[in-house]
Amino acid sequence: MSFLEYRVKFAPSGFAKVFYVNWGLYLLITAAAAIGWLMLYSISGGDLSMWAGPQMKRYGVGLAISLAMCFTPIWFWRSMSGAAYALTFFLLVVVHFFGSVGMGAQRWIDLGFVRIQPSEFMKVSLIMVLATYYDWLDDRRTSRPLWVLIPVLLIIIPTVLVILEPNLGTSLMLIVAGAAVMFAAGVSLWYFAAVIALIGGAVAGIFLLRGTPWQLIHDYQYKRIDTFLDPSADPLGAGYNILQAKIALGSGGLTGKGFMQGTQSRLNFLPEKHTDFIFTTLGEEFGFVGAVSLLALYAMILIFLLWAAMQNKDRFSSLLLIGIASNFFLYLAVNLAMVMGMAPVVGVPLPFLSYGGSATLVLLLAFGLAQSAIVHRLR
Amino acid sequence: MRRPVRDSEDSARKINRRALFMGGCMAATMAVLAGRMRYLGVDQSDEYSLLAEQNRVNIQLIPPARGLILDRNGKLIAGNEQNYRVVITREGAGDVQLVLNRLSHLVPLNETDMARVLKDVDRNPSFVPIPVADRLSWEEFSGISVNAPALPGVTPDVGLSRVYPRDTDFAHVVGYVGPVSERDLAGLENPAPLLRIPKFQIGKIGVEKWQEDVLRGSAGNRKIEVNHVGRVMRELDRTEGKAGADLTLTLDADVQNFTQVRLGDQSAAAIVMDVQNGDIIAAASAPSFNPNLFVRGIANADYAKLMENDHRPLANKVVQGAYPPGSTFKIVTALAALADGAIDTNTTVNCPGYLDYGGRKFHCWKSGGHGKLDLIGALTHSCDVFFYEVAQRVGIDKMAVMGKTMGLGQRLDLPMSAITEGNLPTKEWKQQRFKQDWRIGDTINAAIGQGYVLASPLQLAVMAARVASGRLVQPRLIKAIGGKEVAIADAPALGMETSQLAAVRAGMSGVVNSQRGTGYSARIANASYLMAGKSGTSQVRNISAAERETGVVGNNDLPWKQRDHALFVAFAPVEAPRYAVAVVVEHGGGGSGVAAPIARDILLRVLTGAMPDPKDYPADQRARIGAMLNDLVLRNPDGTQPDQIKA
Repeated sequence: MSFLEYRVKFAPSGFAKVFYVNWGLYLLITAAAAIGWLMLYSISGGDLSMWAGPQMKRYGVGLAISLAMCFTPIWFWRSMSGAAYALTFFLLVVVHFFGSVGMGAQRWIDLGFVRIQPSEFMKVSLIMVLATYYDWLDDRRTSRPLWVLIPVLLIIIPTVLVILEPNLGTSLMLIVAGAAVMFAAGVSLWYFAAVIALIGGAVAGIFLLRGTPWQLIHDYQYKRIDTFLDPSADPLGAGYNILQAKIALGSGGLTGKGFMQGTQSRLNFLPEKHTDFIFTTLGEEFGFVGAVSLLALYAMILIFLLWAAMQNKDRFSSLLLIGIASNFFLYLAVNLAMVMGMAPVVGVPLPFLSYGGSATLVLLLAFGLAQSAIVHRLR
Repeated sequence: MRRPVRDSEDSARKINRRALFMGGCMAATMAVLAGRMRYLGVDQSDEYSLLAEQNRVNIQLIPPARGLILDRNGKLIAGNEQNYRVVITREGAGDVQLVLNRLSHLVPLNETDMARVLKDVDRNPSFVPIPVADRLSWEEFSGISVNAPALPGVTPDVGLSRVYPRDTDFAHVVGYVGPVSERDLAGLENPAPLLRIPKFQIGKIGVEKWQEDVLRGSAGNRKIEVNHVGRVMRELDRTEGKAGADLTLTLDADVQNFTQVRLGDQSAAAIVMDVQNGDIIAAASAPSFNPNLFVRGIANADYAKLMENDHRPLANKVVQGAYPPGSTFKIVTALAALADGAIDTNTTVNCPGYLDYGGRKFHCWKSGGHGKLDLIGALTHSCDVFFYEVAQRVGIDKMAVMGKTMGLGQRLDLPMSAITEGNLPTKEWKQQRFKQDWRIGDTINAAIGQGYVLASPLQLAVMAARVASGRLVQPRLIKAIGGKEVAIADAPALGMETSQLAAVRAGMSGVVNSQRGTGYSARIANASYLMAGKSGTSQVRNISAAERETGVVGNNDLPWKQRDHALFVAFAPVEAPRYAVAVVVEHGGGGSGVAAPIARDILLRVLTGAMPDPKDYPADQRARIGAMLNDLVLRNPDGTQPDQIKA
């Protein structure tokens, strides 16, 4: 769609935009964040200043930025997507050469007052640039090999940098989120079938080449897979996290032990309990009911996003919304599967609940973009 | 418009189809997740609830006892003492600030201590015990036990802490331990969990640092049952850690003490080596400091005092100090010339008091000149002109090679911090360092150990030991680890002709034992302990042209910082050498007058195994030296040694 079309049809402008923001969506994500604050408060043993307070402040700042973004026209964001991608890519290169090393991986740029994790921002930039690409591309060319190769390169090149950090979780999310946008844009299903077949081969390769000089992934990554496959083999070592997480979730029962009554998290049996494993506290203290309520909340957020995508006739907007929905879904699915012992531990936070600045900020930015697409939909 | 509307609507439909499909996949996944949650939380809930109950079991690390450091005779240099302390857990205390305020009436706690405790409490999981105060007296310790009900979360505790019973004697060699710092952790790729224990002590410098792996041992752990607030109910299981291995050094604690005391308050260093196996018997740097202050956490004022002292008490001058070796370097010049064939033992040079080179006069220290001298005579009289002449014949590069052979210009491998390489200049080195050509004046300066040549007392002692033994002796400090002797390889021969080495030794003997030798007044009178040595006096400032004209200004008239360094290297007994010594007194004045007597006393101490006997000194000095030795305040070997404690 061209700028002209936006002018011909009706899109809200000025103060009227306030009435077109999907406030329900903001309410839902704030509800999710509020659950997170409750959990952080509980884990810290009732200390607001330890985790819950800082997290609330971050959410406030992120929400303000997000609101500013949703009042900015979507065509502005479309025109910025190339620059955003280039900038994030540049930061990834910088982090590769000058980044700080933390937990054995080089992921951050430390600017003194704030630590930037470019791989998180790449998740949004990648979705933006792919949506722009398919918006520009003539629909009839979508499945031609050359026109498929370009977005594949757009996905693969930053992913390689993220893998080198090494950050397996984020690189997988980049690939899958990128593939989701390509899928939604209408790339022929045969490509996806071929890639899935290839991945099957690669997985076989990873296991067959283990221990040889040509092994494809790090030893610690193998260990995580082993641990995932049999956590009880090493209950005090690498399998500890998964086993303790399962105990926490399981002991919660149907309705949980009650707010601030979880022994698992309060007695520090759970590692990373305030970040990646925060769901375990929810499960322990509010049981099956609490956990499923959170799932329902997430499901509603996804429905809002996908519904907005289907309503929107602007190709960029709908692809962007689908990309953001996929990204959001990946966060929660990978995290929950990991915490419940259905996937290896890869270090993906639970959206809006886990303690941490970068992921929360990126999610709020993404929702700012999504709202901008919703506000500026042609009516 | 770029695209027909129909197409656009078509593609929008396609997007919607696929979006619906993706939504379906998401829904399916979430259903699976919900199903899994139901399986864990409802179907298997009983089993996991049981596990959660059993989970009130905690695992705590037990720090291992650090290995002892002993001298060659088994005397304690670094040990562990019981340390009464109090620890606090956030979980138990609830309001940490309140409990600390109450505690401050029982034990001395100031604002900074409290701030530190609060910070540590915040940083660590709530069940980790954080040390509040240590080294409590028994009264304070029991006071806490009595008041326990008013102090929730506070536990009196007995830990082990490092102690150095011979405080200042081994500060430089052995170093000290201190709590693990953020910087220590940052330097490690994969820090042991042990290092995360608050206030766990690791070696910071010296042997404590460089033998950390041997001394530390490995952590044990204990399984404890905790109640719902995390208080320890009972111990379920205990795996003892492995205490660190004991380290036996080659040092002799009593000789070390004598050496340290003999150096006194001067800014000086002395080292004694066994010439046969390289064992370092004593290595003292003065003034010294008390390492126990560092273990306890040194007060800012004390630290500032150490830092401001212009005698640099914190520096280990034995290995860190790089000094122009002065005339002691003539040994290297002589050996280089002999090995090269530039001179033989009979070559003579005439000394008129100066060497004229291209119109420039290089003076001998004796303005009237020494006349005709051979090598032995030149060493005995320390004639500068002889070595100016000889150095020119050999050239600086070969002198540097010989210097290396004698142990100079290289980092000798010892478990100590900041060991200097010293410097042996070559033509290439000067070109690289200063972008200047080597000049003949540089060679002449280097011949007598001035100019660019630098050496540490350790290197000078190795040089003396190698001359004395004729073999490439390597210095060593670790005699045994965990009671197992460290094997020493036989040192290979130097590769010099016996007659050449004998001539240098004879020259060194002449220095002390010949009536006209520069160090005659520092001779040993007892024939069975005769000493051989070489003095050195190295300038630390340039002598101005005006001073040249008016004659040298007396050393004592100069400010301390500008006075010459006094050096002396020696070995004894002359006929069958056993020990080599190097002494450097910073800004002390003349080597033969200041450093040589110290070297003599130390050699007599180590050779006789007892306080030097005035009878071994020349008759006219006995009264003075007897009085001086009597005034030395030496450590009582049995009296000051506290009980050894090992858990």
